[in-house]
Amino acid sequence: MRYLTDRKRAVGKGSAHSGTEHHWSMTVTAVILAFLVPTWLYIFGSALGGTRAEVLATFARPFPAILTALVLVVAMRHFAKGATSAIEDYLRGSARKATLIAVYSLAALIAAVGFWALLRIMMIS
Amino acid sequence: MSSKTTPAKRVERPLSPFMIGPYYRPQITSISSILIRITGLGLMAGVILAVWWLMAAAISDSYFAFANAVVTSWFGKLVFTGSLWAVWYHYLGGLRHLYYDAGHGLEIKTAEKLGWAMVIGSVVLTVLTLLIL
Repeated sequence: MRYLTDRKRAVGKGSAHSGTEHHWSMTVTAVILAFLVPTWLYIFGSALGGTRAEVLATFARPFPAILTALVLVVAMRHFAKGATSAIEDYLRGSARKATLIAVYSLAALIAAVGFWALLRIMMIS
Repeated sequence: MSSKTTPAKRVERPLSPFMIGPYYRPQITSISSILIRITGLGLMAGVILAVWWLMAAAISDSYFAFANAVVTSWFGKLVFTGSLWAVWYHYLGGLRHLYYDAGHGLEIKTAEKLGWAMVIGSVVLTVLTLLIL
């Protein structure tokens, strides 16, 4: 008699080694971004080309600042997870691991620099 | 019962073969799909430039003057205009993905129309955005 059920032996053996978490995470972040990005594009595009004083005034206001922070959080997560699919398609072994770590680091770095800029703009305005 | 569990053997699982070109002629469905990945990854150029410009604004007048000169140069305009198209293309691709995931639009004729809608729609949205801003 086998004590392990068929299900237990099958779980994790698919090509993804996991369930639908990755796909669902991409869906959730995509829908959030679909709401955030058009407004953010308008704010960023309007600020672009302005003087430094105008740029600081824009991003010191709560709505543009919070929206930019939200876009950074969600978009960098969406990027890191999306790039993971591409990396897993074309790389294996150490190259895969190194590239995944580099991509997650880049995503975190971009978000951190963005938050720092927003905080500093808030403080000097 | 003769089911011995197979010993854990290391198998080199295949990677995704690149099919378009040698095995499949380009179709609007496959090309429009791979362009979502390319625009998504390519968008990082625009994101890095944008965040760098914001960081420069936070630092000093002289650093902002430098970053702003780069961003408003032909190079900056090229990156941002390209990113604008990429973001709209990726956006429409994401909407199509949600529509597909819900089980719609998978008939070949419809899928092909959706592919062209993304290509044309992204250009239209890019031009509209440039006109508004």
